[in-house]
Amino acid sequence: MVDNKLEVNIVMMKKLLVFTLIMFVFGYALVPFYEKFCEITGINNLLQPDVLTKEIRVDEERWITVEFDANTRGLPWQFRPLQSSVRIHPGQPVNVMYEITNDSEREINGQAIPSYSPRFLEKHLKKFECFCFTKQVLKPNETRQMPVQFMIEPSLPVDIQTVTISYTFFELPAGVSAVKK
Amino acid sequence: MAAVHGDAHGHGHDDHHPSGIMRWVTTTNHKDIGTMYLWFSFAMFLVGGTLAMGIRAELYQPGIQILEPELFNQFTTLHGLIMVFGAIMPAFVGFANWQVPMMIGAPDMAFARMNNWSFWLLPVAATLLVGSFFVPGGAAAGGWTFYPPLSTQGGLGVDLMIFSVHILGASSIMGSINIITTILNMRAPGMTMMKMPLFVWTWLITAYLLVLVMPVLAGVVTMLLTDRHFGTSFFNAAGGGDPVMFQHIFWFFGHPEVYIMILPSFGIVSEVIPTFSRKPLFGYSSMVYATASIAILSCVVWAHHMFTAGMPTVGQLFFMYATMLIAVPTGVKVFNWTATMWRGSMTFETPMLFAIGFIFLFVIGGFSGVICAIVPIDIQVQDTYYVIAHFHYVLVSGSLFALFAGAYYWIPKWTGRMYNETLGKWHFWLSMFFFNLTFFVQHFLGLAGMPRRIPDYNLQFADFNMISSLGAFGFGLTQLLFLYIMINCIRSGEKAPQMPWDGATTLEWTHLPTPAPYHSFENPPIVK
Repeated sequence: MVDNKLEVNIVMMKKLLVFTLIMFVFGYALVPFYEKFCEITGINNLLQPDVLTKEIRVDEERWITVEFDANTRGLPWQFRPLQSSVRIHPGQPVNVMYEITNDSEREINGQAIPSYSPRFLEKHLKKFECFCFTKQVLKPNETRQMPVQFMIEPSLPVDIQTVTISYTFFELPAGVSAVKK
Repeated sequence: MAAVHGDAHGHGHDDHHPSGIMRWVTTTNHKDIGTMYLWFSFAMFLVGGTLAMGIRAELYQPGIQILEPELFNQFTTLHGLIMVFGAIMPAFVGFANWQVPMMIGAPDMAFARMNNWSFWLLPVAATLLVGSFFVPGGAAAGGWTFYPPLSTQGGLGVDLMIFSVHILGASSIMGSINIITTILNMRAPGMTMMKMPLFVWTWLITAYLLVLVMPVLAGVVTMLLTDRHFGTSFFNAAGGGDPVMFQHIFWFFGHPEVYIMILPSFGIVSEVIPTFSRKPLFGYSSMVYATASIAILSCVVWAHHMFTAGMPTVGQLFFMYATMLIAVPTGVKVFNWTATMWRGSMTFETPMLFAIGFIFLFVIGGFSGVICAIVPIDIQVQDTYYVIAHFHYVLVSGSLFALFAGAYYWIPKWTGRMYNETLGKWHFWLSMFFFNLTFFVQHFLGLAGMPRRIPDYNLQFADFNMISSLGAFGFGLTQLLFLYIMINCIRSGEKAPQMPWDGATTLEWTHLPTPAPYHSFENPPIVK
C-alpha cells in the first residue's frame, strides 16, 4: 500500500516535470511565434521593401519636412546623409542619398537598422528601396553612396509637419547573412 | 519552534532526528521545513525593507543626499526582486508546508527529500542576489523586470541576478510539484476536492500557475544570458532581435506571477474570516470557481504592462477588456467575504483585524488596478508613482497583511503558545496607519507626474514625498514589533488552549492537539 502510494506520487511528479519542460520549450517557441505574428500582421515590418498596391494621389496642399539622422554603433565607419532634410508633399516619391566610409584597414560587414519619429510614422511610410534591406560590405577605406527611396502617404495625421528617419549601422559578424524582418 | 520540538518527544515514536544545526540541514519534516521557509522569508523581508528605507531616505527631500543615482537604481531593483522572490513567495510556501498536510489529513508532503532541497536552494540564491552588491559594477540596476537593453549591458551583478533567478525558479517549481502531488494524491479518506479548505484550493491553483510560468521565466533569463555572453540576438536589435519581445515573454510570466503572490492570501483570508465570524464561508464553490477563473484570466492579460511599448489599437483594446474582466471574479470573492461577516458573531482578534484590513485595502488596490487597465489613463500614469501606489496596495496590504493574518492565526497551533494580543493589535493599527501614510499620497504624486525609479524630483513633489518617507520609516519600525511579538510568543507566550479560536473548523484544529505534534496524521483521519 505504502509503495503503491509512492509509485502514484512519482508518476505524478514525472508528469509535472514533463509539463515543466514543455513550458520551458514553449518560452523559446514564443520567439518564432512572435516574429511570425509580427510578419503576418505587418507590425514591425522595417527591413522589407514595400510595394504600392493602389494609386496614391499627391497632396500638394501639404508640406512635410523629413529630417535624416545617421549613427554608427561599435564600428569604425563614417555615416551621413548627403542632405540633412527635405521638404516634400505627402504621396510624392523621394530619393535621398547616404554615404558610408570605412575608416579602418579591414573589411567590415554592417547593417543599418531604422528608427522613426514619431513612432507611428512606420504605418505611413512606404520604402521602395533602402540600403538597410541588405548587408553592406566595405573594403578598407572604401566609400560608398547608397540610396533610399520612399514616400509618405497622405494618411499621415495632418498635425504632423516634421518627421525624422534615423539609421544606425551595426557590425555583422563575418559570415552572418543580413537580418530580414 | 522550540516548543514544537520539545513537545514532539512527548508523542514518542520514531522522531529520532539529529539535534542542533544538522536537524535543520537534513530535516524532511514538513513542519521544520515550513518553519525554515518562514524565517528565511522574514529575514529577506528585513533585507528588502532595509533597501526600501534607503530609497525613502533618499526621497525624503529633493536633491541627491545619501544614495548616488547608480546605487539608488540598484536599491530599487534589488528591493523589488528580494521582496517578490525572497520574501512574499517563500513565505507562502512556508504556510503551504505547515498547513497543507495538516488541512488535508496527510502525514507529510509527498516528496519529503525534495522538499528539503527546494528550501536549501533559497539561501544560495539569496546569497547570490545580496552578494551582487559587492561585485565590481554593483548589483543589477535596470529595475526588477530587468528589461533589455539595460540588462544586456549591465555588469557581473546582472549575471549573478540571472543565476539567482534560475535557482529560485527551480526551487519554486520543485515546491509546486510537491504541493500539487500532496494535494491530489495524499488527502485523507473522505476529503473530496470540494471539501478541501479554501487555503488548500488556492494553493493548488497557485502551484499550477507556478509550473506554468516559472519555466518561461527560466527560458527568458537564459535568453538574456546567451545574449550577454554567447552572441545570440534574441533581444539585440543589431542582430535582428527585438527588446519588446523580451517584455512580451517576461510579462507572460510576470502577470500570472502577481496572482501567484495574491491567490494564497485569498486562501488565508478565506480561513480567517469564517473563523472569527463563527459562520461557514459564504459561497464556498463560487470561491473555488472564482479562484480558477482569476488564474485562467491572468494568463491572457500580460500586455497591459506594455501599453506604451507600441501595440496596435485592437491589441490594446483586447488586453484592456480582458484585464477589466478580472475584476468580476475578484468582486465575487470580496462579496463572499463580506457576506460571510454579515450577521456573524464577529470578534476582532489580531488575525481578523489583518484580514479585514486586507479586504479594505486590497479593494483600493484593485480599483486602482482597474484604473490602470484603462489604456488612455495608463498612458498617462505609466511608470509614475501611481503604479507604485497601486501595486503596493495589492502586495503589501494584500499579500503581506494576509501573511500577518495567517501567522497570528496559526502560531498557537504551531508553537502551542499564544502571542500577546495587545501588542498584536498595536502591530495591526500601526501597520495600517503607516502603510496608508506611505502609499496613499503616492497616488497623488503619480497623478501629478512624478516618475518612478528616479532618485531626485521636482520641488512641487517635496511635501508628499516627505509624508511618504515618514510613513515608510514608521512602517519599517513597526515590523520589528512583529519580530518581537513572534519571538516573545515562541519563547515565553502563554500556553495556548486546545482550541484558541472557537469558530475554527479545519482538520488541524479539530483533529490535532495544540501544539501540533512533530508527526501528525500518520493514520489518516476519516473526514465525513
